[in-house]
Formats: sequence, C-alpha cells, structure tokens
Amino acid sequence: MNTPLVSLVEAGKAYGQLDALSAMTMSLNEGEVLGLFGHNGAGKTTMMKLILGVISPSAGSVTVMGMAPDSKEAWHCRSKVGYLPENVSFYEQLTGLEVLTYFAKLKGFSKKQAIDLLEQVGITYAMKRQVKTYSKGMRQRLGLAQAFIGEPKLLLLDEPTVGLDPIATRDFYKTVDQLKSNGSSVILCSHVLPGVEQHIDRAMILSSGKLLAMGTLSELRQQAALPVVIKPSGLNGAVAQDSKLNGFLTNDCQNTLMVPEHEKLSVLKQLLSLNGLDDIHVESANLEQVYQHFLLKHEQTNGGQG
Amino acid sequence: MKQILTVANKEFHDGLRNRWLVSITLIFALLSIGLTYFGAAASGAVGVTSLSTTVASLASLAVFLIPLIALLLSYDSFVGEQESGTLLLLLTYPLSKSQLLLGKFIGQGAIIALATLLGFGASAVLLYFQLGDVNILNAFGLFIISAILLGLSFTAISYLISLSVSEKSKAAGFALITWFLFALAFDLALLALLVGVEEGVTQQGLTQLMMLNPTDIFRLVNLAGLESSDVNGALAVAINASLSQTQLFSALVAWVIFPLTLAIFIFKKKKL
Repeated sequence: MNTPLVSLVEAGKAYGQLDALSAMTMSLNEGEVLGLFGHNGAGKTTMMKLILGVISPSAGSVTVMGMAPDSKEAWHCRSKVGYLPENVSFYEQLTGLEVLTYFAKLKGFSKKQAIDLLEQVGITYAMKRQVKTYSKGMRQRLGLAQAFIGEPKLLLLDEPTVGLDPIATRDFYKTVDQLKSNGSSVILCSHVLPGVEQHIDRAMILSSGKLLAMGTLSELRQQAALPVVIKPSGLNGAVAQDSKLNGFLTNDCQNTLMVPEHEKLSVLKQLLSLNGLDDIHVESANLEQVYQHFLLKHEQTNGGQG
Repeated sequence: MKQILTVANKEFHDGLRNRWLVSITLIFALLSIGLTYFGAAASGAVGVTSLSTTVASLASLAVFLIPLIALLLSYDSFVGEQESGTLLLLLTYPLSKSQLLLGKFIGQGAIIALATLLGFGASAVLLYFQLGDVNILNAFGLFIISAILLGLSFTAISYLISLSVSEKSKAAGFALITWFLFALAFDLALLALLVGVEEGVTQQGLTQLMMLNPTDIFRLVNLAGLESSDVNGALAVAINASLSQTQLFSALVAWVIFPLTLAIFIFKKKKL
C-alpha cells in the first residue's frame, strides 16, 4: 500500500472566531479523482488553500507528497501541483500566449510547452489575442491550460466547468480521465453536480467547515439509504394487486416503486416475471439527491440542537 | 534568481505595453529641455542659461513629478493582482513572496530608472553640446542618480500601500495622500515649525528632520551644491548645515531599502 499523495489529519483552519474548516481527516491516493462538494462558504476553498500550502493549518496536520505543503522543503513539489482558482481573471492586456508563457516559465517550462497546452485546450486560434477579448469559456480554458502546466501529479480545480459549453465540458472531463490514467490525482471542487459523477472515484460533502460524508458514490448511496426508483410500464395494476410489491408503491404515482437499495434485485426479478411488462426504468439515487440528503440531515440535526 | 527575472521581465514589458515608459520619458524630456531653454524667460532671456538655475528648476519640478509617477505606476501592483485572483495563483507556484516582490520592484524600477535616464539625459546632452562644459555631465549625473533613487523609493512606498489595503480604489486614495504628505505637507509643517516656534528647532535638528522625507533629501542633494541665490525657504537654512553628498545618498538609498524590506515583511504576514 503506497502512502497517500495528500493526507489531512484533524486539520483545521480558524480565522479569528470563525472556523473555516474544523478537524478534517481525509486522504487522496495516486491516480484518484476526488469530488469536493458543498455550498459557498462550506470550506472547500480553505481546504484547497491548505493543501496548496498558501495558508497554514491552525490545528492538525496537512501532508502533501510526504511533506507539509507550507514548509520550505515542499518548495520543489510546487511545480508538480496544478491549481485553477475560482473566478480568476488573467492579465487582461496580455495575449493568451503571453499569459501562459509567463506561468510556464515560473514553473520552469518554455514557451513551446505553453503553445502545446493551448492546443490541448483548443484555443490556439486565439492565442495571439488579448485576454480581454476572450469569452468566459475561453478564459476558463486558459485557466485550465495554466493548471495543466508540467503534467502535475496533483491537480486542484475550483469550479472547473463554470462557463464551459457542453462540448468544452466533455473535453475537460476527457482530459481529467486522461490525467487520471497517467497517475495524476485530481480534486474537483464544485457545486454543479450533474455530469461529474462518472468521473470521480470518491466524493466528499462539506458544510460549514465540517465533513458530512465521504466515500465512493455507492457507499454514499448506502449511507444515505435513498430508495431506487423503478418504473415498470404495461402492467395494468398488477403491481397494486401483488401483496409484496404494493408496499413499495408511492402514494401519488400509480406506476412508480420506491425500493430500498438492498431489495432492488429481488423486486426487479419479481417484476420481470410478471406478464405484460413491456418496459422498465430503473434509477438509482444520483449524486445530487445524495448531496441534498446529507445537507438536509445536517440541517435537521443542527436545528434540533439549536 | 530566475524566478525574479521572469517576474521582472513581465512587469517591464507591462510598462512598455501600457506606454508608461514612453509617456514618462516624454514628460521628463519635454520638461527638462523646456526648462533648459526657457528657464530664464522670466528675466527676459531665452536660451541656455546657467547650469545651477537649470538644475535647480529641474529638481523643484522633479520632486513633485517623480513621486507622483512612481506611485501611479505601482499602487495597484499587489492589490490589483489580489482582486483579479492571480496573486493567490502565483503564490501556489514555486515562487516565494520576496521573489515576487523583488521581481516586480526590478521590473517597475527599471521603467522609472530608464525613463528618468532618457528623459533628463536628453537635456544633459543638449546642454553639453551647447556649452561644452564637463561640469554639466557631473551635475546632471548626480541629478539623474538621485532622481532614480527617489523614484525607486516611492515605488517601494507604493508597494507598502498596495500590500496594506484590500481594494484598488483605496490604494489609489492612499497613494494620493502619501504624495501630498511627502511632497507638500511635510515641508509646510517644517516651515511652520521653523517660523512659528522660536528656538524650537536647531539647524542641525532641521536637517535631521528632513532625512525623514525622501523628497527633501532629493532637494538637498541637488540644491546643496548650487549657488545659494537659487535656493530659498527652509532649504536654504538646511543647506548651511549641509551634510556631505555621500551621507545624503546613503539616506536616499536607505529610503529605498527600508520601505522595500518593510513591504516584504508585510507581504509575508499578509492573509490570503
């Protein structure tokens, strides 16, 4: 078992009275993609800053590639880390190529690599134009190119798909998958949930500086115990007559069954054995529902205390 | 070192691109050539006048212009990048805070230094060809070096402002106040002290007080060597108790290094 690339042990950061992040324990392995979800102010950016070594933890410890990221020894590791901040606006009066060349040089790379990266994100056609003429999507692509400089071992991306059109989003996820297969680890920070689930290995849900849940999507689904929605069609009320199946029927909809995850297969088998079934639609709880569930639970427990 | 040069190179090119270099050079050149030719117009003569008059009038103009230009050029260096988010990004790079600050200082300092050299150098060359006096190059040499140091000092001071505030507009306001305090208010206060309070301050004490203001040191450097008929006010008093040029230059250099060191210190403490 290799040591994890990033590990946080009881790490916390307080700004005065405000706990931006409290007692966070997590680890990220090589080649793993972690989704970090939470509302604004949940502590996502603080956690990224801790991992980047821009701020120091006020409690606990942070280790990246075997070192504390805010220490002097970790200096040379910084060129192996890529970061895309949220809402960054690059030097408007420079051209895209000039911006990227500047950042590449600071990481010890040349203009040629900058051109290659611009090609990779698909804005070569605009590289001689000033950044102020760029659209939101083009700026985001430029930011991504910046984060990809030097094939980083660790990528931290804050809202990477904001402002990207569907094609660019698809391209972006393709790049993430590619980086992952090359052994890079990625932390995706987002509150836009649909579409991201196929690309992450594990998800972390944060709220007001606390970890609400962490695990693979199926683990989270299990924890949340959200039912699977099954919609058979063509059965003409056969379900309502079945004493076992009618317990799962929802009140408002005749043809929809809400089945707990562990009974999914037995219910499906039973449905398939029924005559007249012409179609069946099975939908597991998606990430968004899981996320809502954990947030709601958190609010309820907090409300009970308060 | 490579990192510092990369940043310096970028800042220098920003200065070129934004026409800072061209505009400052032009302003200085026009002013200095104009003053060289027409400085004595009030006394009825047009043409190249005496060296000391020329340097005296140049110095009294430069003392207002150079700090203003340096502050304008650099007040948003850090707060601007903080607002656009690139400051945070740069600090995740293998680039230390002092490297970033020194890189910016070298780049923007080079713009000021080059503009001063070219702008005022133009009239030095002109005067030299007209009068053919080697003293001109000496006097202008001193003037240009002290002007560059004055510019660098205010560049460092503007970094202090830029690192201490959180909004660009506030930085602009503070830069203006700083300029007003150093270039105008300080001297008025000194004069008031001198005239209003009897036996309040000795000649020695006055000169020491003047060391607290880089613009006054600049004036002392450039006016001390001239005939006192061209100098009046609080300065004339101070000049009589004059310090040596070496001491004055050391004080100016200190006014570059001290704010710069303080800026690095503030930057390191700064929360992001």
